[in-house]
Amino acid sequence: MVGIDLTFIWAVIIIFSIMMYVVMDGFDLGIGILFPFVKGSEERGVMMNTVAPIWDGNETWLVLGGAGLYGAFPLAYGVVLPALYLPLIFMLIGLIFRGVAFEFRFKVDVGKEGLWDKSFIVGSVLATFCQGVALGGFIQGIPVVNRQYAGGPLDWLTPFSLFCGLGLIAAYALLGSTWLIMKTEGHIQARMRTLTRPLLLILLLVMGGVSLWTPLSHEAIAQRWFTFPNILWFMPVPILVVVTAVGLLKSIQREEIHSTPFVLTLILIFLGYSGLGISLWPYIIPPSVTIWDAASPPQSQLFLLIGTLFIIPMTLMYTAWGYYVFRGKVRAGEGYH
Amino acid sequence: MFGLEALDLARIQFAFTVSFHIIFPALSIGMASFLAVLEGLWLKTRDSTYRDLYHFWLKVFAVFFGMGVVSGLVMAYEFGTNWSGFVEFAGNVTGPLLTYEVLTAFFIEAGFLGVMLFGWNRVGPGLHFFSTVMVALGTLTSTFWILSSNSWMHTPDGYEIVDGRVIPINWLDVIFSPSFPFRWAHMSIAAYLSVAFLVGASAAWHLLRGNDNPAIRKMFSMAMWMALLVAPIQAMVGDAHGLNTLEHQPTKIAAIEGHWENVPGEPTPLILFGWPDMEREETRFKVEIPVLGSLILKHSFTEQIPALKDFPKEDRPPAYVVFWSFRIMVLMGLLMIATGFWSLYLRWRHHLYENKAFLRAVMFMGPSGLIAVLAGWFTTEVGRQPWVVYGLLRTKDAVSNHGVGQLSLTLISFVVVYFAVFGIGTVYALRIIGKGPHTGEGKQSTAGGPGHDRHTKRPLSATNAGFEQGHTHDDLDRN
Repeated sequence: MVGIDLTFIWAVIIIFSIMMYVVMDGFDLGIGILFPFVKGSEERGVMMNTVAPIWDGNETWLVLGGAGLYGAFPLAYGVVLPALYLPLIFMLIGLIFRGVAFEFRFKVDVGKEGLWDKSFIVGSVLATFCQGVALGGFIQGIPVVNRQYAGGPLDWLTPFSLFCGLGLIAAYALLGSTWLIMKTEGHIQARMRTLTRPLLLILLLVMGGVSLWTPLSHEAIAQRWFTFPNILWFMPVPILVVVTAVGLLKSIQREEIHSTPFVLTLILIFLGYSGLGISLWPYIIPPSVTIWDAASPPQSQLFLLIGTLFIIPMTLMYTAWGYYVFRGKVRAGEGYH
Repeated sequence: MFGLEALDLARIQFAFTVSFHIIFPALSIGMASFLAVLEGLWLKTRDSTYRDLYHFWLKVFAVFFGMGVVSGLVMAYEFGTNWSGFVEFAGNVTGPLLTYEVLTAFFIEAGFLGVMLFGWNRVGPGLHFFSTVMVALGTLTSTFWILSSNSWMHTPDGYEIVDGRVIPINWLDVIFSPSFPFRWAHMSIAAYLSVAFLVGASAAWHLLRGNDNPAIRKMFSMAMWMALLVAPIQAMVGDAHGLNTLEHQPTKIAAIEGHWENVPGEPTPLILFGWPDMEREETRFKVEIPVLGSLILKHSFTEQIPALKDFPKEDRPPAYVVFWSFRIMVLMGLLMIATGFWSLYLRWRHHLYENKAFLRAVMFMGPSGLIAVLAGWFTTEVGRQPWVVYGLLRTKDAVSNHGVGQLSLTLISFVVVYFAVFGIGTVYALRIIGKGPHTGEGKQSTAGGPGHDRHTKRPLSATNAGFEQGHTHDDLDRN
């Protein structure tokens, strides 16, 4: 295609899909992670109801990310997925459990929600942890020989990837707690305000850990961040992280503020995601395979792009409309229980 | 695990998850079209029976659709996790086709499904009907892309191979590969028949228990018309598909027929039953009808069909599987056709809703469509072996490099989770079916109904059977 780098466009689409997924499924997985901290059945019902209308729309971004990867970067799809086989499969199993728990919890009689509450918690934590581990396994690099995964079945299992797994639990829990500050009031909201501070501190710790570990273990990434003039361009990222975090800490202390903590958390997650992007670009299988190495031929990417450019804006419109319709606080006794 | 190798385990895992999955899309495809017909008839005739039936089956549809989405999520990842060799070789073609399927599904889910499930009172009847029709078309479009991808694996076309990888050169040839039209028609009709027999069996169950109302009679009657008219059409489409397979995948036909050797000058017989033995290279204990094989497959009294011994041993599919799965499918088809004609006779004698023997037979025929779907897929997929892309890539070269240990672990997890989760879902759907339809089913839903105590975009929540009535709140009213 003359003058148009289809591969670049596709990389942007997939990065965008994954970003959408992390943000949107992040807060509803976070609600499952926060379930153990709230005991009452009615309050748990309220928590679930804040995401009930939107959670499975959120999850479709994961399907789009996976399928888009298959279509536009088959090499990455065929190498990364087998390399992260176990965490990905157990992520899927966690998502299944949690998805049906969502539905079935509301179908059982009042007082019998226990089983589905448990499967909601276990499914959410399992899916999040596995995603974090997979992310860690991805960042630390995947060996490729002859266009095939060249590592062992447990290569992903390192202290670093487990650290990322726990870190993502904190990140999603923070998204969940600030989401609930925005969407609830009274007791649940107060509980979430107290939980937000430790969750934020854990998340900052994790972000710091990943930011130190990645350049320390990869010379090329250190080069990218710390050489002049790059450092001028990239310095705003860590500075903004600090500024945002301070703002977030302040905002949760003020009773009259409801939406700001969630918005700040979104910014924080976005910054972290950008930091990873700066470190890894343009490698789709770090540390050796770039997006151009892994791309499907232009005739495949162009064929796909036509449909995608039509569907994604439509989907975004519907999604925005859905959020608009269900805006505002959710109260006990509303929706179903 | 049980002396199985990694390749066997990867295949079992894929077969297990995809077999579970296909049941739910098959029901969604058939039911979406059924619902579009019901709503169209309601708008045209204003006969409230159709409206009641629409609302009743909409709840069941929502459960099946939800199960299909959840089990489909696994499929979208399993190609990569389990079959990286396949992705590496054919991903340039199959990747975009699968992505288009996802985009189509995405589009329906984001747009029209919410209106269909929850918008009865929120949008005008015309727009609601339009949404239902779009969902029905959407399911058929999803089928289009999946079957296109699958057909290409059976009869690859429109490609060239560069550096050991497939490059698409003509997308129209890729999408409309030679077996595609037959496969798409066969599967879509199979979905319709699966639903027809599920609906018929539900009605028969109610009628046998003395639950008799106009809606139940109506759905029974509609199901039996489907059986009468569509089951024979399916047989004809199946025959055409068989001829197409004979042309493009002769080994599959030879294995289906359990036919090992041609005697010069003799027409091919049809083996009714037997046991194809791959080692001995013969079909043991066989019962055969002379000439019939040539007659069915070549429409000729003399022409022979290809035999398994015409092909090297390593290119033959396991005939003992496809021989029997094919016969199970055909048996189901014949029983469906017989049910259709029996219903016509009873209709003519005005005994359709009272004949106990017939009602019982229809009840037992409930799963026949789904059994036929599974048996048919086993026939075509096992019949493609040892190839994953016919003639181009062998299954053993397509598998990811996983160990027996991790494959066993994930397989066991899938089996446990699928039986638990989809078992509960199925029980739940059957419970809804067991409760209705009542007269005035659709009318009740105006007093609180779709969109009120339930939530948009969540198929499973379209039903609220199983918990108390009288939800107080409507999220939308808050605004």
